[in-house]
Amino acid sequence: MEDLDNLKATELTLGLPGTDAPEKPSPASTTGANKRANEECCLPVAKKQVVGWPPLRSYRMNSIRIRKMDAEDNTGIYVKVGMDGAPYLRKVDLRVYTGYKELMEALNDMFKCFSLGGAEGHEESGYAITYEDKDGDWMLVGDVPWEMFISSCKRMRIMKGSEARGLSSST
Amino acid sequence: MTYFPEEVVEHIVDFLGSHRDRNAVSTVCKAWYQVERLSRRNVFVGNCYAIRPERVMARFPWMKSLGVKGKPHFADFNLVPYDWGGFAQPWIEAAARGCPGLEELRLKRMVVTDDDLELLARSFPSFKSLVLVSCEGFSTDGLAAIATYCRGLRELDLQENEVEDHGRQWLSCFPDSCTSLVSLNFACLKGEINTNALERLVARCPDLRSLKLNRAISVESLNRILARAPHLVDLGTGSMMVNHHTEAYHRLINAFLGCKSLRSLSGFWDASSCCLQAVYPVCVNLTALNLSYAPAIQGDDLIKLICLCFKLQKLWVLDCIGDKGLAAVASTCKDLQELRVFPSDIYGAGTTAVTEEGLVAISSGCSKLNSLLYFCYQMTNTALVTVAKNCPHFTRFRLCILDPGKPDPVTDQPLDEGFGAIVRSCKNLRRLSLSGLLTDKVFLYIGMHAEHLEMLSIAFAGDSDKGMVYVLNGCKNLRKLEIRDCPFGDDALLKDVTKYETMRSLWMSSCDVTLGGCRALAAKMPSLNVEIINESDEADEFQENLSDLHKVEKLYVYRTVARGRTDAPDFVWIL
Repeated sequence: MEDLDNLKATELTLGLPGTDAPEKPSPASTTGANKRANEECCLPVAKKQVVGWPPLRSYRMNSIRIRKMDAEDNTGIYVKVGMDGAPYLRKVDLRVYTGYKELMEALNDMFKCFSLGGAEGHEESGYAITYEDKDGDWMLVGDVPWEMFISSCKRMRIMKGSEARGLSSST
Repeated sequence: MTYFPEEVVEHIVDFLGSHRDRNAVSTVCKAWYQVERLSRRNVFVGNCYAIRPERVMARFPWMKSLGVKGKPHFADFNLVPYDWGGFAQPWIEAAARGCPGLEELRLKRMVVTDDDLELLARSFPSFKSLVLVSCEGFSTDGLAAIATYCRGLRELDLQENEVEDHGRQWLSCFPDSCTSLVSLNFACLKGEINTNALERLVARCPDLRSLKLNRAISVESLNRILARAPHLVDLGTGSMMVNHHTEAYHRLINAFLGCKSLRSLSGFWDASSCCLQAVYPVCVNLTALNLSYAPAIQGDDLIKLICLCFKLQKLWVLDCIGDKGLAAVASTCKDLQELRVFPSDIYGAGTTAVTEEGLVAISSGCSKLNSLLYFCYQMTNTALVTVAKNCPHFTRFRLCILDPGKPDPVTDQPLDEGFGAIVRSCKNLRRLSLSGLLTDKVFLYIGMHAEHLEMLSIAFAGDSDKGMVYVLNGCKNLRKLEIRDCPFGDDALLKDVTKYETMRSLWMSSCDVTLGGCRALAAKMPSLNVEIINESDEADEFQENLSDLHKVEKLYVYRTVARGRTDAPDFVWIL
């Protein structure tokens, strides 16, 4: 036992001295008869391997799986973003954002000289955020569901108010 | 008693609705048995293998409504092999011969073929209502037969079935003379639908109150439907994918404004947060809301929606609602009775999931809560004790901690005390599902306090046979016990074999029971079917060649008056 203590004391880690990761009790094995393993330190078992767990009907499991696969598609979607009057363009990875709000905030940061009132607020701010879609048309950002947008957006442009007003819906 | 004229007995018995009461009446004496059986209109068979269909038809010849359940509950989680059984055919055939006056049929977890549906459609001239829940084996061709031949059909309700898509024509098979539909639910269908036919059908059925569309129905079609059926009470919205600034979106807003009777909403498959405003006008009257298929609706937009639904009694959501969202539910939905929180990610991310805090918030805000299904990554004893104190009215309590065998993260203790508090406080608890790290103690508590418990689901819990014995000894009203991955073996199984005659069924998988134990049970109790489901390589072995020590992977025991069954596949051994 003493040897083990010394070993631990001289072990090289990146953490602060005295901090140890809490030992996790292992979830039960898949083979049935099992002891509660909280007296041992075990590696967490990958949850996926347990048949019929979590107790969810197939329909729900499938829709979770599909969404996970979509999310794991890790090829970033980099699109150019230009703004009227800016001397150079920027590039953003649309995969990084979960929705329009985050994207707007990021663009706001990047192009600090415009203030944004949300996807619909373009009329007040004088700027509109538009994008070129697969068909080559220039569309207003925010109309379609997010997933649809990121799969069809080729590049973005922040337009000045006078041009942009033509794009807004007449309500 | 013997002087009592039958007409009087019949009149009295007519007031009895529940199956339990009627079953009790029928055992009093032969005369009462006769009166009861001829006057029973609703028959419920909880296990299709407990009795042969012909006997049911012979006993209740004037039956109007029949409900039958097939596979055990764990079949929902793929623990029962595909062709295990639960066939609807013998039931429909027997009913066609013995009870042609049948009007309603409800099947759950059964295998139903297109031929079965066609036979059904042709055999019962007064047929009014078909409800299929978690069934499989049929296609849209079978639905076409129902639509074609069931004159006067009022209800076609398909809930979470596996239906093969053979084309969209089935809906066109409803004849122009069909104007009687009250409820139509095809939300589980994966394929396209003939929307013209659907819209015309809706237009000619003035009594339609419940309509649940599948994902293939576009918003444009939904708009047209809502325009023709503004009296809907219950709506499944279909896809709900709509662009914010379009004509379709504005028409959707108007459509919902016109739906003054809407009380229940579901669907929302592709709905995004930005189009939720369309449903705001109906929120104030909603009593039921199911957003559990809508992962895109979350965060502040979801909370904004919830805060309008102050009459909500039933809410199904995904765990991306978060603890913050649940707090909003707690402060808004004071009439909430049923809550289900499903996981949106099972791969351990857990960042947007709910925790014990959300559940505690719900319990303090929603004192009428009586039914809970809650998936989370962690739970504490303290939280469960608080929940038990705040909500003593639980009749159904199902907690699923996604990490099997996980202890209380704060104290590192098992959750025995927490669940113990639940069973002590909730005197009317009928259904309970356990999870997390649990020792034999929790079963001692359950045996001691859960007097009215009827269904118990256990996974990855317990230390020894004692756990199972506590439950079997203590829970006098236990009907269904399902166990997986627990260290319960032959001693527990055989401790009190007569108990199983008082129950509908017992399921044990990945436990410690052996073939010898099962053989002993079968020998002692001829009134039970003891089924071994053996899918491993050894399934090729004959049962006789395997020793008593062989561990049984899946055991299903149920009481029956029909010894054995003729439709069992090779891998099912009935001892």
